[in-house]
Amino acid sequence: MTKRRVVLDVNGRDHETWVQPSDTLLDVLHDQLGLADVRYGCGEGVCGTCTVLLDGEPVSGCLTLAVQAAGHRVTTLRGLMGPGDVLHPLQECFLRRGAAQCGFCTPGMVLTALDVVQRLGRPTREEIRDALVGNLCRCTGYTKILDAVEEYADLAAEP
Amino acid sequence: MVAPAFDYVAADSYGEAVRLLTAHGDEAKILAGGQSLMPMLNLRLAHPGLLIDISSADERQPSVKDGMLRLPALTRHRVLLQHDLVRQHCPLLADAVRHVGNVRVRNRGTIGGSLAHADPTSEIGCCALAAGAEVVARGPDGDRTVPAGDLFAGYWSTTLAESEVITDVLIPAARPGQGWSFLEMVRRTSDFAIVAVAATIFLAERSVAIASATIALAGVADRVVLADPDLAGLTGSATTDEALDAAAGRIAEHLEPSDDVHASGAYRRRLARVLVARALRQARDRAAGAVR
Repeated sequence: MTKRRVVLDVNGRDHETWVQPSDTLLDVLHDQLGLADVRYGCGEGVCGTCTVLLDGEPVSGCLTLAVQAAGHRVTTLRGLMGPGDVLHPLQECFLRRGAAQCGFCTPGMVLTALDVVQRLGRPTREEIRDALVGNLCRCTGYTKILDAVEEYADLAAEP
Repeated sequence: MVAPAFDYVAADSYGEAVRLLTAHGDEAKILAGGQSLMPMLNLRLAHPGLLIDISSADERQPSVKDGMLRLPALTRHRVLLQHDLVRQHCPLLADAVRHVGNVRVRNRGTIGGSLAHADPTSEIGCCALAAGAEVVARGPDGDRTVPAGDLFAGYWSTTLAESEVITDVLIPAARPGQGWSFLEMVRRTSDFAIVAVAATIFLAERSVAIASATIALAGVADRVVLADPDLAGLTGSATTDEALDAAAGRIAEHLEPSDDVHASGAYRRRLARVLVARALRQARDRAAGAVR
């Protein structure tokens, strides 16, 4: 299969790269563009560690082909951070609440949680839990993650 | 795991997709949302030589005409969940879709892809049967309409020809006086259903009897199945809890679900009885509320 040239808009910057048709977005972001915040977990779209935002919506990087992402806006966790790697307020909440232990699931958690807060305004704890059902964490037991997202939702809801 | 190498082409119309399917035969697979096909590729359960991506073949939105809700096959689950026309004209489907996968699956997965994948535990397939949906399939000789009841052929297989692709799903709009319910049992939220039930009940105005009912089940056979409301004694039946529970019992008796790692056949049959009974009661209550 011949490689093809694609231009991927990742975190607001265009990246020109050559990909196999069968390369997933996860393969290209992680292995070619060196984005360590997009991670291989299960390869089946179940665990959420490869979550990225495609045109602002959470998708599994392992279930999206890189060629399909051309012409769309891709955002990884790093894309949420300000210049000089200033943390996003939701990341601050994760830190404050101790919502990350090993940190492997954290990028996917943060991106998915941000989406639910942006969609629903002030989601209930149950709504947050439901939105995060596809993001597995093997360390925290989820309680502190929910605490962190609720704290951020409260902050974001303030006028 | 890593998917086997395959070639990829983006079809910019259904006509182009059909032409490519005809040229490549069973070497080619249609890629819509990819939420079932991509895991199968990553697990090396499928080895197509060519993926035909139809994501940009069609940009139509859900619409209603002459009492039919028309859902373009590329309508994503997220849209089914939120779209006013779907909520209004097929609340059963809008409600059931929240059980489909996780938020990422719903952002990418499509109704046509889900039906073509023909998973025997599919919530969407189950609703398509209960709602009396039809799919429009385009092939080399043009379009034909296939009732959902004739679409599923067994585990992950449909009656569609190799060169056909689903373009639309047509669902009769829910009528006033129609109640509905979707219930399922899963081991974990977002997982495949062990058993799922979609039911509709139509009461004639001010009636205490059931004018018509549909019950579809997922997870009890090699495909999603419709129960026979006449065999279950539902058509014309009273709407009491006792009558509905008895009908659920008769429906469950006729099922022969098989054992797998998730549940035994006996447990699935028991689940079917309990879930159908609950679904019928809920559908009746909604129908009664609508008539009042």
